[in-house]
Amino acid sequence: MSWLDNIIPSIMRGKDTTHRNVVPEGLWIRCGDCENSLYRPELEKALNVCPKCGVHMRISARRRLDIFLDPPSRTELATDIGPIDALKFKDTKRYRERLSAAQKKTGETEALIVIAGQLKGIPVVAAAFDFNFLGGSMGYAVGERFTQGARHALEQKMPFIVFSATGGARMQEALISLMQMAKTASMIERMKVAGVPYISVLTDPVYGGVSASLASLGDINIAEPGVRAGFSGPNIIRETIRVELPEGFQRGEFLLSHGAIDMIVRRSEMREMIARLLSKMLNISLKSP
Amino acid sequence: MNPNYLDFEQPIAELEDKIESLRMVGHNNADIDIHKEIETLRNKSDALTKKIYSSLKPWDIVKIARHPQRPYSVDYIPLIFEEFDELHGDRLFADDPAIICGLAWLERQAVAVIAQEKGRNTNDKIKRNFGMVRPEGYRKALRIMEMAERFHLPIITLIDTPGAYPGIDSEERGISEAIACNLARMSNLSVPIICIVIGEGSSGGAIGIGVGDRLYMLQYTTYFVISPEGCANIIWKSAEKAPLAAEAMGVTPDVLIRLGIVDDVIEEPLGGAHRDLPLTASRIKKHLVKNLNLLRNIEISQLLQERYQRLMSYGNPV
Ligand SMILES: [Zn+2]
Repeated sequence: MSWLDNIIPSIMRGKDTTHRNVVPEGLWIRCGDCENSLYRPELEKALNVCPKCGVHMRISARRRLDIFLDPPSRTELATDIGPIDALKFKDTKRYRERLSAAQKKTGETEALIVIAGQLKGIPVVAAAFDFNFLGGSMGYAVGERFTQGARHALEQKMPFIVFSATGGARMQEALISLMQMAKTASMIERMKVAGVPYISVLTDPVYGGVSASLASLGDINIAEPGVRAGFSGPNIIRETIRVELPEGFQRGEFLLSHGAIDMIVRRSEMREMIARLLSKMLNISLKSP
Repeated sequence: MNPNYLDFEQPIAELEDKIESLRMVGHNNADIDIHKEIETLRNKSDALTKKIYSSLKPWDIVKIARHPQRPYSVDYIPLIFEEFDELHGDRLFADDPAIICGLAWLERQAVAVIAQEKGRNTNDKIKRNFGMVRPEGYRKALRIMEMAERFHLPIITLIDTPGAYPGIDSEERGISEAIACNLARMSNLSVPIICIVIGEGSSGGAIGIGVGDRLYMLQYTTYFVISPEGCANIIWKSAEKAPLAAEAMGVTPDVLIRLGIVDDVIEEPLGGAHRDLPLTASRIKKHLVKNLNLLRNIEISQLLQERYQRLMSYGNPV
């Protein structure tokens, strides 16, 4: 019956994906895709996009927002919102222990970070999922932080940009996490009614409950190269229908040709492209640099 | 094992088999009085059912919710509503039989009905895709719900699905977007919305028609973010541990009421809804009529404000 398990897709368990976020300590890093040795300072300067093969390596939420927003005038929002273990969930380990481990591993208190700042001078709210924090899964705190970010955007009439990287809803918060789908979607509906731009950027991977809520509802949906996104993970689909999946299934080009996203944008061009789009949506001209 | 009974119900099945045999004896031998014997067995069976059903584990409830004889939407609709007119198609791609939509009377109030349907026999199950909804199903539902809004008709949704369909075509046509759009729009449709879980509420597939002003569950139903088997597979690498997962996740009405997600439970007949369909349907109807009347007396702006507060409250520390 594992085909029922749409929300936590197999991708979180698949070993083919782990190399993407493994960046070992040391000055030299091996690219998981082309296997070239890369000089770390050079790789970081290239925004963790392999200079040899162009693969977009996974980055943390904080780094994501750091390379996206203008350096000055940043304020992090909803920092007081942390995880709640309403069910006192316990399997082989306590949920609390899993949370502590994730916090230690990432240095973050939850899987979504929200910062109010500027993008090429345009005041914006930007948020990013941290995949290393329990697979970027959405529970109460992620939903609430998103909501507070959206509320700030609504109050200040500022665009809201969200970078997703997630396996979906957080199993350990059970139905509370499912309800965050409705909660976040309702905030996007409010932004839509109020004419506040909402841009969703899909970064590898985006699945399950986040895909079926906040990540699919952008006025404009953008994907980073190499993204895999969909509702059900490939293994679950394979197990259900028992056929081989087509080449490139759920990849960027697939999403583009099936009408799910507006464009694929490289990490190095993300700032430029989103600023251009926002300036038109807001009908304001950007200050020349 | 009697396939009409679940594993934990087998002692009841044995008693029921005895009663049935006695009846046959009585039928063929008019001179033997078996009434008293049958009555004793009947009382025994009822007492046993009561006992077994008073200490159900979450996993037992999941099994009842998925019982092969459990009433489905097609069974309830004619008993709860009058003059149901089914409407078909999303106007974009296809008609999805896994969701039934239409207009009907609930007593003297016209309503829109949105209902997931698993299908009873093999052919019907295949036609209904076992209740696994495709994008066009959610889009049909949204089309009808938006029409209901234009004509100020309350919306009733019946939830019963093993999940949104995990297939290639489903992904190609944007199952994520279809569900997400419903969540967004249902949050501000300016008519009362009542949702009832009548069987299995599986994750995104369920909530795709599950946002509203009230959420009720029948007594022996389940609502989860991931199936207990799926959760067990991830944690214990074995679907056999599903009972543990069901316990840990809190997939039954009692827990979901405590979490502030579900408003009320509609009591089922002893032994589950399938033991007495008309009684179950009449209880659902009574519950719907009463609560819809309450909702209809609330000013729409107030109703929407309360729906918003409701959405915002999910998971808030108490
Ligand atoms: Zn490379």
